[in-house]
Amino acid sequence: MTYTKRIDGRKFDELREIKAKVGIISRADGSAMFQIGKTIAIAAVYGPRNLFPKFLQNFEQGILRCNYNMMSFSGSGERVKPGPSRRSREISYITENALLPSLDLKDYPSSVVDVYIELLQTDAGTRCAGITAAALALADAGFPMRDLVAAVSIGKIEDKIIVDVNKEEEDYEGGMADIPIAVLPRTGEITLLQMDGFLTREELKEVLNIARKACMQIYNIQREALRERYKNGLS
Amino acid sequence: MGEIKVKDKNIVVPGEVLAVGMDYLPAGGAFRDDDEIIASQVGIVSISGRLIKLVPLNSKYTPKRGDKVIGKITDVSANAWFVDIGYYTEAAITLVEGSNEYIPRGADLTQYYAPGDYVIGTVTGVSRSNVSLTLKGPGLKKLGEGRIIYVNSAKVPRIIGKEGSMISMIKNMTDCRIIVGQNGMIWLLGADPEKEKLAYDAVKLIDERAHTQGLTDEIKKFLEEKIGGKK
Repeated sequence: MTYTKRIDGRKFDELREIKAKVGIISRADGSAMFQIGKTIAIAAVYGPRNLFPKFLQNFEQGILRCNYNMMSFSGSGERVKPGPSRRSREISYITENALLPSLDLKDYPSSVVDVYIELLQTDAGTRCAGITAAALALADAGFPMRDLVAAVSIGKIEDKIIVDVNKEEEDYEGGMADIPIAVLPRTGEITLLQMDGFLTREELKEVLNIARKACMQIYNIQREALRERYKNGLS
Repeated sequence: MGEIKVKDKNIVVPGEVLAVGMDYLPAGGAFRDDDEIIASQVGIVSISGRLIKLVPLNSKYTPKRGDKVIGKITDVSANAWFVDIGYYTEAAITLVEGSNEYIPRGADLTQYYAPGDYVIGTVTGVSRSNVSLTLKGPGLKKLGEGRIIYVNSAKVPRIIGKEGSMISMIKNMTDCRIIVGQNGMIWLLGADPEKEKLAYDAVKLIDERAHTQGLTDEIKKFLEEKIGGKK
């Protein structure tokens, strides 16, 4: 059997439907919602604020602290259990590393910027949705950034490379490769690259090219979302 | 040759290319990467001559020397007061900078400013993450009764207006005393509670609509309508 058609009828290089909204949490310094298909991530940014215990402080620049969390009612209830876990610690860490190259926290020495990412609904691609939402929230909070960060997960099922994997595809029984990628859209720098499954070197190159294109689409949606917040009444 | 990629007064987001070529210079909110000028914040583009800068739409307050700020006393030690000015570290007012009065040795410092009091001071220095304030100077004092409004510090220039046009208009129309701190804390006291509420609403309206144009006229209309309705 060959994989000739995607389960939800998308084209192989088509993203799921995306909604993005900025400024959804009034008490946060910056916040955003990013929905891709059935996956919904919300991100809230607080800070810069004082960091304790003191030994964690970096006197040269502020530090970024991310917290990724799947809410207890998210997901379909199988395999990945929501809530704090080894998995969510790892994703928090890679989210930090994906966002840091775009951020400039030199003006805030010894401080911390907290980013809380909560997944309301999960249908694969949560870490990518989380990173994309967090980048929006950081921009909304007014931090100096070199670029936004857009992320997407690319997969390979049999011989087809597919953009923006959903849950059914992720669980494909014949085995698949899943490659979440985060990109700084302007320069094309890659800030997150993980891989689960098997790919040849040529396939990986192709995946990177496809990911950059998909991330540009996501970036355009991010840009519109940020502008949308201030649109009314502007001449 | 240089080329500007955006229009004046456009809203841009981080990573957007503002101009190409070495003919233009990046100012606040923008930076140069090779021959491109890039936005680093969400803001409104402002082009003046060869200078391209951004007016940020949202940003946390960063103290600068000489800023007049309003703060809340959070802690008192043996020789200093500590003030929350909306920055991530507290500002310190040392004993000598605290008052024009002579403060005797061993005096109870809470007699002067106690935790919970609001003060207006000037930033005298910022080094790394230490901020120092002084309360010695004209107009610097403990703030008495009145209400405190918090707005985003990026919006303070709009609240003050060109050469104080906005704030003096609100003061005149509502008979309120208003002090605006650069850090986005605003102290407000009116003789008439209803007019005080009106001034409060006006400030909140500016906070909400700070990114729009023709704001002074809009606020004027808003106040005129409300005051007209009262009579």
